[in-house]
Amino acid sequence: MGKNKKELLSLVACIALYAVVQSLIMLDVIGPFWELNLILICINVILAVSLNLINGFTGQFSIGHAGFMAVGAYLGAVLTVKLQLPFIVAILGGAAAAGFLGFVIGLPTLRLDGDYLAIATLGLGEIIRITILNIPYVGGASGFMGIPRYSNFTWVFFATVFTVFFIRNFINSTHGRACISIRENQIAAEAMGIDTTKYKVMAFTIGAAFAGIAGTLFSHYFYIAHPASFTFMKSFDILTIVVLGGLGSISGSITAAILLTFVSAALASYPEWRMIIYSLMLIVLMLYRPQGLFGNKEISLKIFGRLMGGNKRGNTQGN
Amino acid sequence: MDFSITQQFLQQLINGISLGSIYALIALGYTMVYGIIKLINFAHGDIYMVGAYVAFFATTTLKLSFFPALIVSMVVAAIVGMTIERLAYRPLRKAPRIAILITAIGVSLLLEYGGMLLVTPQPRTFPALFESQVYTFGNIVVNSQQVIILAISVVLMVILTFVVQRTKIGKAMRAVSFDTDAARLMGIDVDRVISMTFAIGSALAAAAGMLVGVYYNSIDPLMGIMPGLKAFVAAVLGGIGVIPGAMLGGIIMGVIEAMVSGFISSTFRDAAAFAILIIILLFKPSGLLGKNVREKV
Repeated sequence: MGKNKKELLSLVACIALYAVVQSLIMLDVIGPFWELNLILICINVILAVSLNLINGFTGQFSIGHAGFMAVGAYLGAVLTVKLQLPFIVAILGGAAAAGFLGFVIGLPTLRLDGDYLAIATLGLGEIIRITILNIPYVGGASGFMGIPRYSNFTWVFFATVFTVFFIRNFINSTHGRACISIRENQIAAEAMGIDTTKYKVMAFTIGAAFAGIAGTLFSHYFYIAHPASFTFMKSFDILTIVVLGGLGSISGSITAAILLTFVSAALASYPEWRMIIYSLMLIVLMLYRPQGLFGNKEISLKIFGRLMGGNKRGNTQGN
Repeated sequence: MDFSITQQFLQQLINGISLGSIYALIALGYTMVYGIIKLINFAHGDIYMVGAYVAFFATTTLKLSFFPALIVSMVVAAIVGMTIERLAYRPLRKAPRIAILITAIGVSLLLEYGGMLLVTPQPRTFPALFESQVYTFGNIVVNSQQVIILAISVVLMVILTFVVQRTKIGKAMRAVSFDTDAARLMGIDVDRVISMTFAIGSALAAAAGMLVGVYYNSIDPLMGIMPGLKAFVAAVLGGIGVIPGAMLGGIIMGVIEAMVSGFISSTFRDAAAFAILIIILLFKPSGLLGKNVREKV
């Protein structure tokens, strides 16, 4: 009973947060620039939390997340532009396509361990991108243009809330526990009767599907889906958020997504210094906090508690 | 018809080998560093860019000729490589490996965008250091740059093999790569050996950077990204951590790329490189020349 009440409370908190931000947007207190950044934050949270499921909770080192995002972005655009379907169908279609691709790719590659898996996913992400680049139907190298702007703060925010709730509940379920046991010790997990391949592929598929959602939201905000947006540098960006926040910490991923997007936005007026400061910050943070901001702990600071939805380990502090 | 296909095949083979020897030079740095500290050094491709720029300024501003410029660029890159290792990687030696990987990505971005700030993002024309001569054998064309690239690569690889197999530092490198703790117990200064590995790897990458400048006549601050990634694929292809593997992997990679762009389409060139990577990883993850190591419980 207590758990349900907490869930409800956090949902109410999310809706309240949404109401506040949405009215600020309506009243033009938050201008187009910061609205754009709020949307980027939400998309980055979806990407980071879903990648955290694969990298942080299941311990499978994937660096091809941008590839799945690209699939969602392009398939969603095909559904709305070429087939004139409603946006929600595009989101679900993007998720399904990315998830399916994640399943097909995950099945053979998840046999690999550690660095080899990382390299394979990096390569696959690039193959997806180059394949899209060579399909004239979706615009080829010049990108898929003329996508209507269906994404707005409402869509993006609730997609983010859904993602965070879904993945958090998944982790707290039997399946999620199985994934964590694979991260802790694959051989021991196998000895306890856990079908490691099944759970690895499951985590990979779910992660890919959410990346697909993020992709669809992304392309329907920026009017265009361009192959250059989904290079391995994009995958690194997502990975950076996950590692900076802490592998295995959802609140960490959310915090890092907010932090990095803000840093990036704040430096937007100094384009030549932006990436330099960004990279220096990355190096310094890693040197002083190699386990990420929160390690694998969750935090219960109120603002994140809201987004998190009252985590069970919520009272554990970041250090 | 058949004759011309054979000829085109030979022509692409020659192009591929000269491109591949550049990949091989970069791949050597990746493979040596991975062999010794198990780090995928993403900043390596950018060291190659640094080497190209140092060579550019050595030949234009300092008016050096080819060989002195090559030496200068290799020395500067070696110092840059050692500095990066000292400042960014050494403090993290006991940290989780993912943290060093993220640091490497950070260093890579820093070099790319720091480079843009210092030397402007515009591509620069690399001066022609040789009178380009074209040798024709039947219908097959070989130009002097290709000959020089191949010759310098071979010489550098021979020197590297000598250093690794015959000198004291080479022996220490092999020992550290085999078992770091045991090497330390035998009185080897592990930090110094790792530093030397970065120096040698970076010097080779710089040489590759200069050779690319000579070959394509154009350099820019982001030139290191794609060749870096492909050289890394080459290192995996040959068996990461294995020095002859990196040479073989580089050449194979260059030849396949030349063949794909010659016979299929140059837009699929990069996809081919990664497809090979996936196939190798699925069927022989240890690479062509790597040994299979069973993980113990």
